[in-house]
Amino acid sequence: MNDLPINFEEIFDTLTLQGGFNTNAVILGTTLLGIAAGVIGSFALLRKRSLTADALSHATLPGIAGAFLISTSLGYSGRSMPLLMLGAAITGILGVACIHLILHHSRLKEDAAIGIVLSVFFGIGIVLLSLVQTSSSGGGAGLNHYIYGQAAAMTRSDAVLMGIIGIVASLAALIMLKEFMVVCFNETFARSTGLPVWLIDSIMLGLVVLITVSGLQAVGLILIVAMIIIPPAAARFWTDRLWKLVLISAIIGGLSGYAGASISALFPRKPAGAVIVLVAGSIFGLSMLLAPTRGILADTIRRLRLKLLIARDHVLESLYEIELQIDNASQPKASIIFIKLMTMRGWIMKTNNTLALTDSGRTQGKRIHRNHQLWEQYLVSYADIAPTHVDWSVDQVEHVLTDELIAELEEALSQRGITIDNGDPA
Amino acid sequence: MIPELIQTFLTLDLFPLLGAIFASLSCGLLGNFLVLRKQSLMGDAISHAVLPGLVLAFLITQDRSPIHMFIGAAVSALVTVILVEVIKRLGKVEPGAAMGVVFSVLFALGVFLLENANARGVDLDANCVLHGNLQILFWTTSPTEWSHFLSENIRSEVPRQIWTLLATTIAVIIFITVFFKELRIASFDAGIATVQGINAGVMHMALMTFVAIAAVASFEAVGSILVIAMLICPAATARLLTDRLITQILVSAIIALLTAIGGYALASWMGVNAAGMMASTAGAILVVVMIGSPSHGVIAKARNQRKLGNLVALEDILGALYRLAETEEHTTREQLIATLGSSKRTHKAIDRALTHKLIKVVNTQLQLTQTGLAQGAGIIRKHRQWEGYLVEQVGISPDHVHETAEQLEHLIDPDLPNQHTDPHGKPIPPKNS
Repeated sequence: MNDLPINFEEIFDTLTLQGGFNTNAVILGTTLLGIAAGVIGSFALLRKRSLTADALSHATLPGIAGAFLISTSLGYSGRSMPLLMLGAAITGILGVACIHLILHHSRLKEDAAIGIVLSVFFGIGIVLLSLVQTSSSGGGAGLNHYIYGQAAAMTRSDAVLMGIIGIVASLAALIMLKEFMVVCFNETFARSTGLPVWLIDSIMLGLVVLITVSGLQAVGLILIVAMIIIPPAAARFWTDRLWKLVLISAIIGGLSGYAGASISALFPRKPAGAVIVLVAGSIFGLSMLLAPTRGILADTIRRLRLKLLIARDHVLESLYEIELQIDNASQPKASIIFIKLMTMRGWIMKTNNTLALTDSGRTQGKRIHRNHQLWEQYLVSYADIAPTHVDWSVDQVEHVLTDELIAELEEALSQRGITIDNGDPA
Repeated sequence: MIPELIQTFLTLDLFPLLGAIFASLSCGLLGNFLVLRKQSLMGDAISHAVLPGLVLAFLITQDRSPIHMFIGAAVSALVTVILVEVIKRLGKVEPGAAMGVVFSVLFALGVFLLENANARGVDLDANCVLHGNLQILFWTTSPTEWSHFLSENIRSEVPRQIWTLLATTIAVIIFITVFFKELRIASFDAGIATVQGINAGVMHMALMTFVAIAAVASFEAVGSILVIAMLICPAATARLLTDRLITQILVSAIIALLTAIGGYALASWMGVNAAGMMASTAGAILVVVMIGSPSHGVIAKARNQRKLGNLVALEDILGALYRLAETEEHTTREQLIATLGSSKRTHKAIDRALTHKLIKVVNTQLQLTQTGLAQGAGIIRKHRQWEGYLVEQVGISPDHVHETAEQLEHLIDPDLPNQHTDPHGKPIPPKNS
């Protein structure tokens, strides 16, 4: 536990940006980068380009090592940040271009194309990196940091540059919001309205490249893609509207960036990239479980309720059919607990060991029975299903009929001269 | 006595090379099914995600016992597969994003644990994870006599990684051979597999388990990047060379071998990282095949397209001249080119028709020769039969069928023997006229 040598004050100072100036710059820069990644990642997710971004970020490695090799052989310092970023951007874009070439000129599918570009470009990068390490005397050692990232080694100007790129990229995405939205949701429609889809796609790709390249130093090229993928995937659980998705994703991205950079600044041996991704991953996990509309928990509860509702309907319907003395009516099958619950709820009662409907239960049963008949008749007369085959599909639909649908069914059936009476016992 | 040169090879290169070959073979063979199922990136995800398993196994057991490492990595590989499925199904997340979330978080967890574990030793260096550590596999007590190969202690001198990789390769070959039929059906059509009583889900999990085993076994020696390259590149390359699965698997094995040996040789020669060079070699082979494959290559496709284009141009000329001959009209070369659209292809096609004596020049007018007339009749016959078919059977109105018939006439002979006139009342030339 000697990893925790700091006091509460230091934690507070760092988190409220009152720490050292360098630390502040890195934290702020990473936060802005996280926001931008969240915004642009939303479009990448909707456009199903998440893994293209992965190939892109792996493909930056040969660019970094290549830029280093070229600039040192020309006599410049190989550590110039803008130069390395330029190299990274060039091979990153080249990688995406290769994916397109493979897709258009061979029978290979997208997954294979992405995997090929990712592994081969990265392999070339490793080869160039080992060339750097053998040819130059120590100067190239720091290049390894671009793989896993090292926020602590960032200078203030690096961090400021990262923050500015984050702001610019977010603004660019917001300006293009409408165009991006159309292309993401309906490419064909976008084309038909004369939008230059390839141009919009290229701008989107350009922004992804910008984020990837500027995050290399802080997060590293393997994990930077997580900042683009995870926040929007987590935000997707909370909303179905695009602008909300972008907003929530930006917040999650910014939060992960902020938390990751702060924790990494506060504690030794906590690499910023990994912490950022772990924070984002935890938010994703919580969102998947707890989000009110699309979360697993909410979904399970909804399903369970529907299941109970259907089970209740079945019991009431069978009891009602027994009252009607319909031929194949049978005693309802349900667990004792469930029957008990329904008795407590006042729908059914137990007399002389047989189940019977209460008045409120009878009203319900009548309604369900009538829905069943409505739907059955509709299937027979409109969908041409033989009367002997109807029941199977009726059992599932009768529970989800809304009042509007019932009115429509009545209307449709009356046009064919079929009426279903109110289901009173004969 | 073993010559010095060979002895150097045995000392420094034999085991790394064997390691590379076994890793490439086991991953390359399994890759065929991943590529078929469009799940190439599952290999990518698994090989990233085994990292936390390795580190956790080390943290829990505090030793580098290969068994523990192996179990840790295999468990986290399976966790990856299951998590991806869970997120895809329960969370309804797009498959690509689901995979991206899982493997990046697990990899981040691995990096995080690694930094904290103070385990930055020989086996668990963050960079070794990516590009392996082949060069440590040298033969410490290199043999000086050939008879040494037959001696008792050779078994213990071969590094553990080589034995693991050899066992994995054999297991993979047995798995694919025994379950070939099941794997094939489940990969092509899960529905049909189910109908035939094969559980596609079980086959999927079995395949993923083997991918995980191959990834873990290869991981230590060649690193995750070569695992990904080998899971995808040889199979993808082979897929561009053949349409038969068995042939594809055999070809992919050969490519994997070539990649391992070629990449290793190049790396030793240039003094660069071997795993990186092998991945690059795999890419280079793929590019060559993508361009040059006789059946699916870019060149072959372009050549076929040109051939078809030339045929169409020639047939259009013969057809046009036949139509003119029907009404006893004539045309000069210039007029014909003007009606058919002036292109280099048309010019060339006329020249070709002249040299093959399909057409001739009479007083600056172009005319069909006897053979040309027969061929022209054949084309017009197909054209007019198609028009008839389109009107009568498909129900397209007569003034809309020409364009479609114009394309179909070059490709398929409808062969409707009982038709004698087309919808426009023009005679259909008899067969073999």
